Amino acid sequence: MKFGIVTFPGSNCDYDAYHAVTEVLGEEAVYLWHKDHDLQGSDVVILPGGFSYGDYLRAGAIARFSPIMQEVTAHARSGGPVVGFCNGFQILCEAGLLPGALLRNAHLQFVSAWTRLRVENADTMFTNLYERGELLRVPIAHGDGRFVATEEVLDELEGEGRVIFRYADASGNISADANPNGSERNIAAIINEGGNVLGMMPHPERACSPLLGSTDGIRLFESILSRVAA
Amino acid sequence: MSQVSPRQGDPVITPALVGEHGLTTGEYDRLVAMLGREPTFTELGIVSALWSEHCSYKHSRPVLKNLPTTAPYVLQGPGENAGVISIGDGLAVAFKIESHNHPSAVEPYQGAATGVGGILRDVFTMGARPIAMLNSLRFGSLDDARVRYLFAGVVKGIGDYGNCVGIPTVAGEIVFDRPYGTNPLVNAMCVGLMHESDLIRAKAQGVGNPIMAVGARTGRDGIHGASFASEDLSAASDAKRPRIQVGDPFTEKLLLEASLELIKSGSIVAIQDMGAAGLTSSSAEMAERGDVGVTIDVTKVPTRESGMTPYEILLSESQERMLVVAKKGHEDAVRDILTKWDLTAAVIGEVIAEPVYRVTEGTKIVAEFPGSRLVTDCPAYSPEALESPDVRALRDIDPLTIAELPEEADPAWTLERLLAAPTIASKAWAYRQYDSTVRTNTVVGPGGDAAVLRVRGTNKGIAVKTDCNGRYVYLDPRVGGRIAVAEAARNVACTGARPMAITNCLNFGNPTRPEVFYQFREAVAGMGEACRALGTPVTGGNVSLYNESPAGAVYPTPVIGMVGIIDDISRATCSTFQQDGDAILLIGDPGGELGGSEYLATIHDTVLGRPPSCDLDHERATIDTVLDAIGEGLITSAHDCSDGGLAVAVAECCIANRDAQAGAEIDLSDNAGRSNRELLFGETQARIIVSTPNPERVSQIAARHHAPAERIGVVRAASDKLEIKLPRGALRAPLSRLSAAYHNAIPTIMARTPEHATFDELAPVAAH
Repeated sequence: MKFGIVTFPGSNCDYDAYHAVTEVLGEEAVYLWHKDHDLQGSDVVILPGGFSYGDYLRAGAIARFSPIMQEVTAHARSGGPVVGFCNGFQILCEAGLLPGALLRNAHLQFVSAWTRLRVENADTMFTNLYERGELLRVPIAHGDGRFVATEEVLDELEGEGRVIFRYADASGNISADANPNGSERNIAAIINEGGNVLGMMPHPERACSPLLGSTDGIRLFESILSRVAA
Repeated sequence: MSQVSPRQGDPVITPALVGEHGLTTGEYDRLVAMLGREPTFTELGIVSALWSEHCSYKHSRPVLKNLPTTAPYVLQGPGENAGVISIGDGLAVAFKIESHNHPSAVEPYQGAATGVGGILRDVFTMGARPIAMLNSLRFGSLDDARVRYLFAGVVKGIGDYGNCVGIPTVAGEIVFDRPYGTNPLVNAMCVGLMHESDLIRAKAQGVGNPIMAVGARTGRDGIHGASFASEDLSAASDAKRPRIQVGDPFTEKLLLEASLELIKSGSIVAIQDMGAAGLTSSSAEMAERGDVGVTIDVTKVPTRESGMTPYEILLSESQERMLVVAKKGHEDAVRDILTKWDLTAAVIGEVIAEPVYRVTEGTKIVAEFPGSRLVTDCPAYSPEALESPDVRALRDIDPLTIAELPEEADPAWTLERLLAAPTIASKAWAYRQYDSTVRTNTVVGPGGDAAVLRVRGTNKGIAVKTDCNGRYVYLDPRVGGRIAVAEAARNVACTGARPMAITNCLNFGNPTRPEVFYQFREAVAGMGEACRALGTPVTGGNVSLYNESPAGAVYPTPVIGMVGIIDDISRATCSTFQQDGDAILLIGDPGGELGGSEYLATIHDTVLGRPPSCDLDHERATIDTVLDAIGEGLITSAHDCSDGGLAVAVAECCIANRDAQAGAEIDLSDNAGRSNRELLFGETQARIIVSTPNPERVSQIAARHHAPAERIGVVRAASDKLEIKLPRGALRAPLSRLSAAYHNAIPTIMARTPEHATFDELAPVAAH
């Protein structure tokens, strides 16, 4: 399977996603340049973390207009898998491929920390190798990670099982203390209606090695592999 | 030599104008003698920048000559943008530390941010990809609202810049002490990884080769930043805020990628950051290193606005710019790479055979200096050095004459206060704002002794740390200089890495004052002794003088940035207790020296006494013991014993990792000759606390290295307290209390800062 990893000029986690796919998963990966109009036959598109175009306006606000995003949007609309980590999640919201928005963290500071994620839906193409309720250890690193949406949208997301991960404490409780950025209902990850577009603020590509403190991110990539290959 | 005539509209050179440019009468006479005529305004500006302390090291060069700089693995020592050491497998590490103190004192956010930007560029211009950032920071007391403003601004500046470029900030130190109140120290270190074959030096070569300006356009910001950094801070400093540069980390990220592509492309022969003194210093230094002439036409430099004078273009410190010597005929290849990254590249001059440094405005010559004398003719000074009698008197006071407070009858009371002292307390409030895991190499991140990064494609790791205890250097500069190196080495060794080489950032006061120059000379001598004894040569660094304001000088603070190599990354060791039942060993002497300690500063609000002695043989023995024991896989945790002494070190082993705290039982009761406070809070050097399931084997290794290794206790993972038996009584403290003191101290204080406090609401420098 071929993963296409978009490199915006200010992407800085493209390299980490590339290594997770090629070294940990053993699959093929290509970098997709933001000025191009070609997904190079990628089966899965990853929008990596970083600061796409500096993000001095609103994170992802300019990236949605870049040439490659036309192709990414078309891929998503035709049911192709698209994942956005961190800045990638912000871009997916700006591009209208996911609902809601990511605002400045409630405490107004950038936050880099290990978080615990509770798996809320293990029946998606991104999470089918996890167990529902399982706790994952995955790092975050962002200044604009507070997920917000209208009450109706939040209810809809929950009602349709489209909330994928929530920030939890060590015992798995969804508490205010465990919420690192003030996200509504502790939401860390969501999918679109079609179930083929995932956005998440945490970095599973940084949780793929025992040496680095966690391997909990690997099954996210393996889930995609098992579902798309099947 | 060609005809140089004053440019229309430029000011006339007067003694007052010369004075404003920071040149002494003697230096001006030297300039006139070199030129054989009066300088033009443009020439005066060039010389004022290049002969500033910041660029010329005129007060420090003679002293720095005595530092050891070589080892078989040192590929590049001092004199380049960064030092480089080989780590085997065809790989090398480039690293350098630099100060941005003065800008941060008046504009903390941009000052710190551009400090990060500058040091990143120094590393990637060597051909290395930056893999880690460190920061060594000093502030005054956090009880002061302006200090909180400076601290918050500096931390945010560091975070926003490094996070955006995507380089993890993994380690460093933060110290709070009054002498840094109006003059904080902001030292940033960058570490890069490269193939040895990609090493490139900033040496202009090849007559006829084009000189190109690449990256951001040149604007009117930061003009005379180098001169600003070369004078004391004063009431007038706030008015010099326009000399401070403004950073754009997004452009830096583009420049980083473009520069590494340029170096790989083979189209260039040299590249240098336009940092302090901008185009002037980068072009003059590259010409001097290559022993060639250069000519630059300022009308070819891409600018942000029209009407900039040669003076402004030459002295602008606009950020995110590089000067490149390209191979003739490769100009388009260079342009293509820069265009790919949406940056500009313009030919602005060329390397010439004639031995001159020439600047033109179109066809008209506006500045011209003979050969490389612009750099080499800079004066060097060896001012008078004399120890301050006041400091000598302080050092001669015996700390044991300071009476204990009644509360100290319970040593747990003292320990709790020490853990809550901002210098010792957890710095998570700061490092949580730094992305420490991007690039997926961080094996041991911030919060421990040193950070460890894996080296992909090998089994190796790189350990990095900065260190310096300015209080020790103040009380005894020679000993303090030694300890700065030894402590950095010890910290690196605690992770299992062999200390290899250092970079240093020497932060001192005004060198024309004899007591300051004495501190400088002695501290550097002490550093040199330790570097020789520990086999860690100096590969470069930075000198920052004039760190003083009307309130006085900072503590002399020679910050050491240490790099170590760990051969088997799976052995990388962290600082906190890991395993129930492990024996706790103290490698090194039980000691008890209280001079210059955090105990005296925090509990008794005093700085006096003789700082702990530093026996370099003992340091070596301790380091070798720990490295061998880690190498044999015997060690589950290793932690340096430093600020706050043994009690603080053990407490940190118990509580520093909030997710996995462990209790401990320690027995120091058979040290009857020493008081409780000496045993618990003395800061004797050459000590490391390790935990191990195999204490017998560790003791054997220690004996082989002639290092003391006493079994002092045991890890009780399920216990919720720390217990230390003493010759008289015991220290008993619940972990919850120690943990609250340690983890909540800084967040609680910082919560006092009004969220939207601006510069003007807080007292400016002069009022302090």
